[in-house]
Amino acid sequence: MTKLTLEDLKKIKEEVRSSTLLREGGFRAKITIHMGTCGIAAGARKLMTAVLKEVEEKKIQDVMVTTSGCAGLCSREPMATVEILGNPPVKYCDLNEEKIKEIFLQHVVNGEIVEAYALARGSESTY
Amino acid sequence: MKTYRTHLMVCAGTGCVACGSLQLRERLAAELESRNLSDEVQLVITGCNGFCAEGPIVVVYPEGIFYKKLTPEDVPFLVEEHFLKGRPVQKFLYTAPSAKEKVPLMKDIPFFQHQVLRALRNRGLIDAENINEYIARDGYAALHKVLSSMKPEEVIEEVKLSGLRGRGGAGFPTGKKWEEGRRYTSFPKYVICNGDEGDPGAFMDRSVLEADPHAVLEGMVICGYATGSHQGYIYVRAEYPLAIHRLNIAIEQARNYGLLGHDIFGSGFDFNIGIYPGAGAFVCGESTALMYSLEGKRGMPRIKPPRSTEAGLWGQPTILNNVETFANVPSILLHGSSWFASMGTSGSKGTKVFALTGAVQNVGLIEVPMGTTLRKIVFDIGGGIPDKREYKAVQIGGPSGACLPAPLLDTEVDFDSLDEAGAMMGSGGLVVMNDMTCMVDTARFFTDFSVDESCGKCVPCRIGIKVMLNILHRIIRGEGKIEDIDHLEQLGQHIKDSSHCGLGKSAPNPVLSTIRYFREEYEAHIIDKRCPSLVCADLVKFQVIPEKCKMCGLCKKACPSEAVTWEKKTAAVIDLEKCIRCRSCIQACKFWAIE
Ligand SMILES: Cc1cc2nc3c(=O)[nH]c(=O)nc-3n(C[C@H](O)[C@H](O)[C@H](O)COP(=O)(O)O)c2cc1C
Ligand code: SF4
Ligand code: SF4
Ligand code: FES
Repeated sequence: MTKLTLEDLKKIKEEVRSSTLLREGGFRAKITIHMGTCGIAAGARKLMTAVLKEVEEKKIQDVMVTTSGCAGLCSREPMATVEILGNPPVKYCDLNEEKIKEIFLQHVVNGEIVEAYALARGSESTY
Repeated sequence: MKTYRTHLMVCAGTGCVACGSLQLRERLAAELESRNLSDEVQLVITGCNGFCAEGPIVVVYPEGIFYKKLTPEDVPFLVEEHFLKGRPVQKFLYTAPSAKEKVPLMKDIPFFQHQVLRALRNRGLIDAENINEYIARDGYAALHKVLSSMKPEEVIEEVKLSGLRGRGGAGFPTGKKWEEGRRYTSFPKYVICNGDEGDPGAFMDRSVLEADPHAVLEGMVICGYATGSHQGYIYVRAEYPLAIHRLNIAIEQARNYGLLGHDIFGSGFDFNIGIYPGAGAFVCGESTALMYSLEGKRGMPRIKPPRSTEAGLWGQPTILNNVETFANVPSILLHGSSWFASMGTSGSKGTKVFALTGAVQNVGLIEVPMGTTLRKIVFDIGGGIPDKREYKAVQIGGPSGACLPAPLLDTEVDFDSLDEAGAMMGSGGLVVMNDMTCMVDTARFFTDFSVDESCGKCVPCRIGIKVMLNILHRIIRGEGKIEDIDHLEQLGQHIKDSSHCGLGKSAPNPVLSTIRYFREEYEAHIIDKRCPSLVCADLVKFQVIPEKCKMCGLCKKACPSEAVTWEKKTAAVIDLEKCIRCRSCIQACKFWAIE
């Protein structure tokens, strides 16, 4: 390995920063994939993979991606909840990989709710 | 870089490894794999979190959920519930001793809440064996700043202004030492990191080395640049294999990145670091003895002057600092001296790491601002005294330190206040003692340690401490004379005045401080032939006082030699023929009914 320069140091820092930032708190948004037995059966794992891929590709650092149990509406799974800090959470249902990608880009990144897939707004806060 | 949604920080400090954290990690890895979660959940091995008593510890981010005492058998359930379905598992969460409710988040646990992490700023947050994670937390940024934009004199000035004082015990101003080291122009010059840590019960330095080895390396390189040295040595006790292992990895990785070795950051500055496992005698922690030991000679302190900064290792100028001292250096250079000096008291800046042990609920490793009161440490962070016992004293500074009584609980802990109280910061051992601890016996324990560890060079230390020990033994046996107390005080003062090194100069402190604050206990032993805490077995009668006995039978259960007879609704009786004076019954009895 060759000698490090300041640029290299910065590059390493940026690359690894997203993972260490995760351990320090300070998130702007949170996306929760509901992973009850029903959600998993309906394909929630694929949603998770799709979201993580977006996070990775777009180098997103301030979004918490997490799972939670059944959202209590098994017939409309897979579901996800998006919560922008300071705003009420929004639940989305009947999702697939394409839809979650759209939600991720439009709502999580740009802050605009995707009305077409939204089920309910302002349910229990989870922060 | 791969993105994970969840990070599992598995503690692999010495404490948690001893409780099985490595097996836990393997099981976690296997379970995540079998559930297809290894792409989403990252397993990270960290250094000690400081809460070893609750180990093995796993902290889950981004939420910051704190799991304690996990076993491999718990893993399948945990993975299914938390990492798949997102439901933190209640039964593995922490409950504060005084409360009933579970505390899920690490930051809400009182033990962690009151701490301020500077020397330990990366503990539990990075993989100690991965230099990239250190860099991500601003690692080596200070070194770059120093090498690219500061003159050595400016570095020294900054360290001086910060008010940093050596964390190895004596509190010598670090900037001043570096300035002296720079002044001597004989080469080669050496930088030594003192990781001998011989105080019984102390494990601060081990923890820093295990959790954040690069911080120490970075501090040493900066010191090398400031003082004009190109070679550093880390003297670590051989009993710390994990610390040595992590240091080796860290040095290797830093070398590969060109952060050690030739022409660091292309600045033209060279610096190398080697590790020396010390054979582990307490006196080898003393700077001049340590240097002899490094040279392969017998570790024995020598007369100063010359100071080590003038003629140290192999007779060359040497700058020696403690592990924690070096770990503080990078942040000072990165954030500035005024940032560092903004915390602490007028004479002692920054924070101090303590190993908190003994009769407290939360045993562990803590870092608090200088000037934090003993009360806050013992009761807020430590969670108070368990088993409904009462606080008696805190022993601070190990064999060089003192026992401080309840009226001094509001002492703001820093170098000067401790000195005033007849104690010493030492390296930072803090042992809390309850009303079942005898102060004369405690003094005996530490004096015994010093007798064993005296290198034998000076008469006052070699013989004087032994004489003190003999007097203590006599008092404990009930053969003390009232003049003994004054004699101990005079002798102790003589030894302090006439010993050559810090060992002899401070060895009488445990005796002198207990006489100063607990004289009545000495008098009880000598005049009444009684040990008020019922520790000194020769002075205990091993008789049940019927009026005090609540007839609970605990003493009978505790006795290993069937000397106690007890039946429901009758007071216990101890058969002195069978009693082996082990004190198990006394410890079991909650009512002080046995004397
Ligand atoms: C008997 C004895 C034992 C010591 N043990 C240690 C030790 O284990 N670790 C340590 O850092 N300093 C120890 N010291 C203090 C060192 O001599 C030295 O003052 C210190 O390491 C200097 O570093 P600092 O200025 O960063 O504190 C000991 C001193 C004496 C007299
Ligand atoms: S004071 Fe004790 S330990 Fe120190 S040099 Fe003298 S004999 Fe050795
Ligand atoms: S433990 Fe104490 S109170 Fe209980 S029976 Fe024994 S002496 Fe009596
Ligand atoms: S080793 Fe895990 S908390 Fe200390």
